[in-house]
This record gives sequence, C-alpha cells and structure tokens, in this order.
Amino acid sequence: MSYDKRNDGRGFDDCRPMEAKAGIVKSASGSASFKIGETVAFATVQGPRDLYPKFLKNPKKGKIRVFYQMMPFSGVGGRIRPGPNRRAKEISMVTAKAFEEVLCLEDFPNAVVDIYIDIPQADAGTRCAGISAASIALADAGIRMTEMVAGVAVGRTADKLLVDLDYSEEAHEEGATDIPIAVTSVTDKISLLQMDGDMTQKQLSEVLRKGIVACKAINEVQKAALKKGYEVA
Amino acid sequence: MMNQNIKEHLSETLKKGVRYDGRKLDEFRSIEIETDVSTPAEGSATVRIGDTEVMAGVKIEMQKPYDDSADSGTLMVNAEFSPMADPKFESGPPSIDSIELARVIDRGIRESESIDVKKLCIVEGEKVWSVGIDLITINNAGNLLDCAGLAAVAAIKNAKLPEVDKEGNADYKHKSKNGLPIEKEPISVTIHVIGDTIIADPSREEEEASDARLTVASISKDVICAMQKGGSKALTVEQVDEMVDLALKKAEEIRKIL
Repeated sequence: MSYDKRNDGRGFDDCRPMEAKAGIVKSASGSASFKIGETVAFATVQGPRDLYPKFLKNPKKGKIRVFYQMMPFSGVGGRIRPGPNRRAKEISMVTAKAFEEVLCLEDFPNAVVDIYIDIPQADAGTRCAGISAASIALADAGIRMTEMVAGVAVGRTADKLLVDLDYSEEAHEEGATDIPIAVTSVTDKISLLQMDGDMTQKQLSEVLRKGIVACKAINEVQKAALKKGYEVA
Repeated sequence: MMNQNIKEHLSETLKKGVRYDGRKLDEFRSIEIETDVSTPAEGSATVRIGDTEVMAGVKIEMQKPYDDSADSGTLMVNAEFSPMADPKFESGPPSIDSIELARVIDRGIRESESIDVKKLCIVEGEKVWSVGIDLITINNAGNLLDCAGLAAVAAIKNAKLPEVDKEGNADYKHKSKNGLPIEKEPISVTIHVIGDTIIADPSREEEEASDARLTVASISKDVICAMQKGGSKALTVEQVDEMVDLALKKAEEIRKIL
C-alpha cells in the first residue's frame, strides 16, 4: 500500500489552509497568531527589556529567549501538564537559534527580547507554526530583522514525500519521517533543521527544496498579516 | 507598587464618581464570550472583558477514582498567568496570584456543587470521568479574576464527554452529545475598594491602586457560594454588605448574557 491521496485531499506539496493575525495581545510589545490546518500558535514578544540576572548581559548585543509551551488542553487525549518539560525546553532553544542570525541583536545591547509561544490547539507542526507566528510578532514589536523566518514540517509518509504533515500523516502505520525546518525569507537559508525518522540522501535533498518553496507561501501570509495590522481604516 | 501621586489622583477622581475610562463606578466593560476556541479540548471558551482576555479549556479523561470517593468523578481548576498577558508575569512555577485565582474559581465551582461529581461515575471504584479546567491569561487589562471565572463556566457549559467504545474505554477522538452534569452556574464578581469608593470591574490601574477587594461567587440573585477577600485594608461590615450587594447585582446582569 502506498499513500496515494492525502486525507484532506490537498496536493503533496501544499500546506494546509493558513490564517495569520498580528497584534492579538494589546499589552505586549508585539504579538501574532498563526493557524495552519488545525494547529494554532500564539506568539507574544515582550521587550527589549532589562535582562536579569546581570551576568547574562552582553554589552555588545542583546539576547533573545523563547518560551514554548503547549496549553494543557491543546492535544487530543490526556491533559498536558503545564510547565516546562524536556521537549518544550529543547523546542524553545532551537526556536531561539532559528532567529539569531536574522535579528539585529546589536540594536539592544544588555537587554533581552522574550518570545512566548503558546499552542492552544495542536495537530502536528506546532514548533513550525510557533516560528511562523513569532516572526510576525517580532516584526509587530518593531524588532529589526534582516529577513523574516517561516517554519514548516516536511517529510515522508509511507512512500510519499510531503509538506506540512498533519498528525495522521505523522503517525501513519506504514511509517513516517518528520523534518521540521525554518527558512529565512530572502536568502532561503535553513535556520532550523531537525529530523525524526528515516529517508535517503536524495529524498532529503528533494524534500528540503519542497520545504523552501512552502516557506515562501507562508511568508506571503505573514507579510499580509503584518500589512493588515497597519492598515488605516 | 503604584506611584503614590497617581494613586491619590485616581482615588480623588473616583470620589467624584469619575473613572479614567469614562465608565460609571459600577459599570462593567463590554463582555464577549466565544466558545469552541480549541478543537482538541472537550470544552473551551475565550472571554473578553474590555481588553482583558482569558482562555479556558476543559479536558475530560477516564480515570480510576480516588479511594475515599469511589463513586465520584474528580474536578480540578488550574490557572496559568502566562507571561504573554502582562510584562510583569514571569515564566516559572505558578505565582501566588495565579494559585489564588485558581483556588477561588475552584471553590466557586466545587462548593456550589455546580458539577454533580456523582454523575461523573462510570463504574464505581473503577472508572470515573476526571474533569480538568485550565485557565490561561491572554491579556491583562485588569480584572482577570472575573474574566477567568466566566471563562471557566463558559468552557464547562461548552464541554462534551468523550465517546465510549464497546469495551468501555474512552474514545478521545470523538466527542459524544452528552455535556457535563451542570447543576448551577456560579458567577464570580470582584468588587474593589479604592480610598472610600467601591467599584466593579477594575482596569489595570485601578487594580494597582486597590486597597481591598472582595470576590463573591453566586449561583442566583441571593445565594452566595464562595468568597475571597484580598488586599491589605480591612473592611467594615457595612462595606461588606454594600460590596456583596453590588456583586450580586452585577452577577445577575452577567447571568443574562451567559
């Protein structure tokens, strides 16, 4: 058996329907929501603000910190215990790294920008949706970036290479490979790359290119959301 | 702590019956309730009071009951003051304020016996439904307490039990048509004292200037089911009467829109 047709009928290189909104939290410096299929991410930016403890301060450049968290009710089945766990901590760390190259950290020496990513509902690809949301939130906060970042999961379900896997595709009985990536919007560089599963070198090379194309489409949604936030009624 | 001059000015202004945002002393901001905001949750709701926003999600799981209550389901309320909602909220273990909020709302729902936990029993001593309500602050523009209380009630009203398969196990992928056994709907209203003035639905500034507050959860026009006093100023019994009276009136107004 091969995986001939996706459960929701979309093409193998297509993302699920996307929706993005900037400025969802008024008290924050910047914020955004990003929805892709049934996965939703909220990202909120606080700062630049003073960094404590003091020894973390860098007089040459600012710091970014990411706090990724799934809301306790965001998954099908059991409640997820709130608070940081190993998975959330690792995702937070790699998400921060995905932004370090594009952010003009020299703009805020000694200070920190905190990014809070919260997932109210999850259907796979939450870290990627979080990155796509965080990029909009950073721009909404007026943090200078050389380019934006978009995230998407690519991979393999049974014998097919595909883009933006949902949970049923990730958990397919004939095996699946999940490769979350983040891609910068202008230079098309890969700033996050993880992989869980197996595939050949040729397949990997092909699927990464598919991911870069998908991130272009995501970036259009990000830009539209930002522009909408600044529309004059 | 708030700047003393601002506090004095705010308190003087309130004495004249004027609030910074133009509301009457007992007036709430507009309340918006949106349900089904998270599809994996068995029930969910987002409540906005003005710019204040809280999301509530209900998770219902099949579990073994506690030994001392073999014939009852379980109920838990948890609150997270997510740092996204307020630059002053920090990540890390729950702050005392979020613990207080969760416990006040938990008491409102538990002590009023809003949910008949006996009806959550599936097989005595073996299987019961356990209900977990999680409250997440999205934006703090004052009065998170009342916003969270309302979100909790809206979410449990929205909840549907998971389907049960032929072997008697829960099928979390499908929701049944059965809601939770809700007997009463407790509405929490918090009244604040600033100087000598009593106000409802404080803004963030008013909350910072507050001398004392009283949260009153009620299930009808004249039945109170939980209370909590906060703030450092002590209240006279007349003040308590007046605050309870206002809280009950406001709860009655909110009940109409829920």
